[in-house]
Amino acid sequence: MSDIRQARKALVARILEGEGVASHAQRRAAFDNAAIAESLSTLIEKVASHAHTVTDADIAATRASGLSEDQIFEIVVCAALGQATRQYDTALAALDAAIGKG
Amino acid sequence: MRLAILDSGHGFGAKVLFAIIRAVSRQPTPEVVKLIMYRPDFFGAHMKAVTHEAMRGPSAWSVGDRELMAAFVSKINACEFCVKTHSAVSARAYRDQAKVSAALSDPDTAAIEEPLRATLGLLGKLTRENAVSADDMRAALAAGASRQQIEDALAVCFAFNTMNRLADAFGFFVPGPEAFEAGAKFLLARGYR
Repeated sequence: MSDIRQARKALVARILEGEGVASHAQRRAAFDNAAIAESLSTLIEKVASHAHTVTDADIAATRASGLSEDQIFEIVVCAALGQATRQYDTALAALDAAIGKG
Repeated sequence: MRLAILDSGHGFGAKVLFAIIRAVSRQPTPEVVKLIMYRPDFFGAHMKAVTHEAMRGPSAWSVGDRELMAAFVSKINACEFCVKTHSAVSARAYRDQAKVSAALSDPDTAAIEEPLRATLGLLGKLTRENAVSADDMRAALAAGASRQQIEDALAVCFAFNTMNRLADAFGFFVPGPEAFEAGAKFLLARGYR
């Protein structure tokens, strides 16, 4: 059966712990959709919760706050993967609970 | 594309590949390819491995089923680029456009198998509400989806909840239907590697 566990683990480890131009703290905060500089919180929250509402102005505002395009690229990737990871972990826990109770 | 680096910041090898894609497909380079090929060591190479395993790895779900799940999740996320990409692949895999259209517009009434219907409902709820309960899982199991099928479907859901967000945040250009047909042909033949 398909098994993404190892590949998924490698992906998340790479974006959070590997080399990047955004700091590890920025990438972790984006992944967690956690409190971070105000200039970034709007964009991260939109990516996590309703990415289809992101606008050119959201990206432009983040650029204007002093972040480079490469930093924004990394932060957006982390925000997207963080939300997808929370969904995935929650669902696997629910599946375990359903099978366990059986 | 909202970041210029994702449009034109690639190395020489990637730019050559984009030229080949344009020449062979007679379509613009899909923006998802530009994303995956940008600094692939950071994201793209790893994401390709996850996506290929989820979409083409061994599974009791067919390729058409998994592409339909991808399109369905993308529809919940209102990601036009991904809905069009994966509904085209699903229709081609099933050889049945009507089935894909019906399942996307209302999985409850579409003529699809019960385990697939229940699984689409599960992925829809997870995508919309960011959570599902043990009772939701029991309902899918009772409808005939196996534990492994649910895990396989959750892998598809993970991949597309990631990619939908990136497509919309980075502002992928949505081309005409011929481009999605060309893309579907490629993805069906080659997968996501």
